[in-house]
Amino acid sequence: MDAALLIDFGSTYTKLTAVDLENEEILATAKDLTTVQTDIMIGFNNAFEKLKEKIDLSKVNFVEKLACSSAAGGLKMIAIGLVPELTAEAAKRAALGAGARILGVYSYELTKHEMEEIVKKKPDIILLAGGTDGGNKDCILHNAKLIAQYIKDVPIVVAGNKNAQDEIDDILNDAHVYHKITENVMPRLNQINVEPAREVIREIFMEKIVEAKGMKRAEEFISGILMPTPAAVLKAARILADGTDKEEGIGELIIVDIGGATTDVHSIASGEPSKAGVTLRGLQEPYAKRTVEGDLGMRVSAVSLWEAAGTRRIKKFVPNTKYDVEERCKFLQANVNFIPKEEEDIEFDEALGMVATEMAMERHVGLIESVYTPMGIIYSQVGKDLLNVRYLIGTGGVIVHSRNPKKILSAGKFNPDTPNYLKPMNPEILVDKEYILSAMGLLAEKYPDKAIRIMKKYIVKA
Amino acid sequence: MGKTVVLGVIGADCHAVGNKILERAFSDAGFNVVNIGVMCSQEEFISAAIETNADAILVSSLYGHGEIDCRGLREKCDEAGLKNILLYAGGNLVVGKQEWSDVEKRFKEMGFNRVYPPGTSPEVGINDLKHDLGIED
Repeated sequence: MDAALLIDFGSTYTKLTAVDLENEEILATAKDLTTVQTDIMIGFNNAFEKLKEKIDLSKVNFVEKLACSSAAGGLKMIAIGLVPELTAEAAKRAALGAGARILGVYSYELTKHEMEEIVKKKPDIILLAGGTDGGNKDCILHNAKLIAQYIKDVPIVVAGNKNAQDEIDDILNDAHVYHKITENVMPRLNQINVEPAREVIREIFMEKIVEAKGMKRAEEFISGILMPTPAAVLKAARILADGTDKEEGIGELIIVDIGGATTDVHSIASGEPSKAGVTLRGLQEPYAKRTVEGDLGMRVSAVSLWEAAGTRRIKKFVPNTKYDVEERCKFLQANVNFIPKEEEDIEFDEALGMVATEMAMERHVGLIESVYTPMGIIYSQVGKDLLNVRYLIGTGGVIVHSRNPKKILSAGKFNPDTPNYLKPMNPEILVDKEYILSAMGLLAEKYPDKAIRIMKKYIVKA
Repeated sequence: MGKTVVLGVIGADCHAVGNKILERAFSDAGFNVVNIGVMCSQEEFISAAIETNADAILVSSLYGHGEIDCRGLREKCDEAGLKNILLYAGGNLVVGKQEWSDVEKRFKEMGFNRVYPPGTSPEVGINDLKHDLGIED
């Protein structure tokens, strides 16, 4: 039987998913610890041994072996723009959509001090933007010159003012800095264009970053490490929502991924105002939007979650806990491999998951504000209106292994106490129970129709 | 490439019709119009002008609070590095029966280069802008 082997080299685990391509079924999944420090293939082989116990390899022919990766710190990026709310924000969104982890966002003309800081952060890729097409050139040229001076071996993606491209190309060529030039992330004011930059970031990831992170050896066995893991999730989300040439999609959706260190939210939705008489303001939102909350997580970021939420907010979800919230969060951060078994521990983890979901959703969705004017109250919206989104999907270990994923995800719904946040009113709550979203994003590269049909089968009601 | 102007309605003012007419008129006259729409803060005008390297900022105000909304715009432009950018204002800038010459004087003192009373046709502003930017017809 023809099958596909899909691999996710995660920061902690290397996860394998074997898919029967003929019957469109998941054959088996297996995981083992990622071993990027020594040889990435050790962890892979350990996981593969486990997979062999579950399926008879003599009957399976792996015609595709595709991988994504967030190992060795993931894809670390710096975004540079001109005005913080405009091109710097557009550059940040492009990098997030490409699956990056943002180390820093810089704006206006950079200083030498900032440049030194950027070098110290050791990014994998720097995204340089600034100016609309035909707009400001001075700032991006200044920044390109500083980059030429300070950066030796970090690839640069140039996605700024079209009119400055030739000069920047010369500056970076003269300094022998590897770079690729693509379309402006904000060609006209408030209009964003993140897809070309995302694609170039992915190209560089495949050409350069995989090797730089010591994962080249894996490519001897597999067909290729195609993208960072979050980009694969976003790709899967897009296919599932929009459908393919042959298969219909399920419509607008939101994916919440709660991890130990971060909480990611992906939305595939236009986000136009759903009510009449609302003025939409600010920078245009990407149709496929990803946000990452580095301070909201279940383990590594448990203390920062407590700091961001506060004890009262956590207690709202677990009012009768015997634990002191602060102490408990410190304990969880110190014991990142802790798996809750006792009732109290499970309840506390669920509460943290709910707070992470609630806050990550608040930061992802748009905000509506009433403005009092001489003409009466006027409503103005910044960000995406997701009130009518039909599906809220949970993924990630915390949700997949939870006995009560629906309860955790419900914290992401519209809350009448905070009606300004345009969170979904009545979404159907689904769970990625086999944990296949990133694998399906990979499969969709070659077999989009199969990927969407498998997702429809395995992503089920909570 | 034509000169770039940032156009918008300042403050809590949502009068959208005149804004669209001005966008059309200035575009037809050959300007690259960056229309930031209604209900814009001073900061939005300034950010837009920085990113687009604009030559002028055209501020509309129709609801009578224009003077309060416009105060400090020139100082903020100076602070943001938009040195000598042209600032125009027009619409129904103030309420009540006030002498136009007084209103104009106050706006000029606030750093506006040109100020227009209610009912001014767009052509007047277009001609002034061409003159101020040294554009030959």
